[in-house]
Amino acid sequence: MSGTGPERPSSSPATAGSPGAIGSVVPIGFRENSADLESALEVKGVWKYYGDFPALRDIAFNVMPGSTVALLGRNGAGKTTLLRILAGLSKPSRGSVTIHGSNVREESTRRRIGVLGHGISLYDELSAFENLRLFAKLYGVANAPQRIDEMLSRTDLTRVRDGLVREFSRGMRQRLAVARVFLHDPQVLLLDEPFTSLDDRAIAVLQALLNDMHVRGRTIVMSTHQLREAMETATHVAMIQRGQIVHAGERTQVMLDDTGWLYRTYGDN
Amino acid sequence: MYLRQAWTIAAKDLRAEWRTREAVNASLAFMLVILVLFSFAFDPGSSDVNIQAISGGLLWLAYSFAAALALNRSFARELQNDCLDALLASPISASALFFGKAFANFALLMAMEIISLGVFSVLYNVKVLTQIWGLLLVILLGTWAITVMGTMFSALTVNLRLRELMLPVMMYPSLIVPLTAAITLTSDLLNGIPLRGENLLWVKVLVAFDVIFTSLVVILIDTVLVG
Repeated sequence: MSGTGPERPSSSPATAGSPGAIGSVVPIGFRENSADLESALEVKGVWKYYGDFPALRDIAFNVMPGSTVALLGRNGAGKTTLLRILAGLSKPSRGSVTIHGSNVREESTRRRIGVLGHGISLYDELSAFENLRLFAKLYGVANAPQRIDEMLSRTDLTRVRDGLVREFSRGMRQRLAVARVFLHDPQVLLLDEPFTSLDDRAIAVLQALLNDMHVRGRTIVMSTHQLREAMETATHVAMIQRGQIVHAGERTQVMLDDTGWLYRTYGDN
Repeated sequence: MYLRQAWTIAAKDLRAEWRTREAVNASLAFMLVILVLFSFAFDPGSSDVNIQAISGGLLWLAYSFAAALALNRSFARELQNDCLDALLASPISASALFFGKAFANFALLMAMEIISLGVFSVLYNVKVLTQIWGLLLVILLGTWAITVMGTMFSALTVNLRLRELMLPVMMYPSLIVPLTAAITLTSDLLNGIPLRGENLLWVKVLVAFDVIFTSLVVILIDTVLVG
């Protein structure tokens, strides 16, 4: 053990290959006796270029069903770019992404994904109910009116069901955005900094829904800067730095006790 | 399912537009202002001016200028709150999303054009009812051409800072053929010449343009939206 820094755990640091090579596959969320399980999310040799700049470099990992993965990294590390590719909102320059074995751009695959980006993705001119009904129709949600009322109740928005979103407070809009993401009961949730700028009530609602999803074996991948919330929720962590995954593995007790430990250990200062 | 998804998008756009009226108010006002200004320029009461001969050009100039205003909002309204990302992440095909937006735009443009046709008839003392069915057919075909190209370029320019400028710059050159056909047919119809013989060739041009470019957009729209 070196005396100059903290000891690195033996979990799997990712190594990036040369451009064009398929990188080593990092299993995230691998569980014992789950070798026969299909990966919930499989990323193979993903590169993303903006002009000549490689925003993502040879990203490769698997996420097993039921895992909650916190994707950590500093601003500009590539978290949002990676999540947009996982969500099918952007195409990788090279490599592929599959969700439960299917291409992410297939409609049947997108039906199984819930995506929460930086914006609330709601229409100001529509009411809370109309917004949720729109997405219920697009996702083909069965018993939509009952499901919408259930989600409005869980996010404590029943009393403003028919109010226009433009008249909502910031906290109400955030809770409605959370309701939208969970409306179709997705099997894989992709959340980009979900706790950022949420008020306490919205954080509580989101954490309750995330815990519920985790209990029911759903897969969650979220990028975040809120280390405390991330460590409390995550079963696994992946750290991305300059477009490469530099660490991936289980969330350990030391990470929970000292949220800055991961950055000190694997960060590039 | 495909049509239901397209209709869901169209209904959402029409409902949002009905509540804000931001595109309709601006476009309809612009359309009417153009017609009024040209009535000052050409003096419709003067016997020296053959209004019927230039009526097609006048009408389609007003229609296409005002359409650029309305079509610019089509995808731009999805930028608010990052709604476009939510639509693209949902299990709706890009072409169903396109058709939903195109149907809503088409309905709005048709409504505005029919209102301004009535205003045009009064201002310029032109009888539009004598060949009304032929005129409606030409307006339908010409408006669909503007809608398809405008909605596609609205999607293409949605992330550009100068999209209000770029949309007309890209859209108008692509509309030279259908606008020529629509202007020629409209002028003939308002001169009392029915749709037959040589005129039918222009109708075929309009139909062919609509079919070819609608098909092309369906093929290209996923690349345009997702890259």
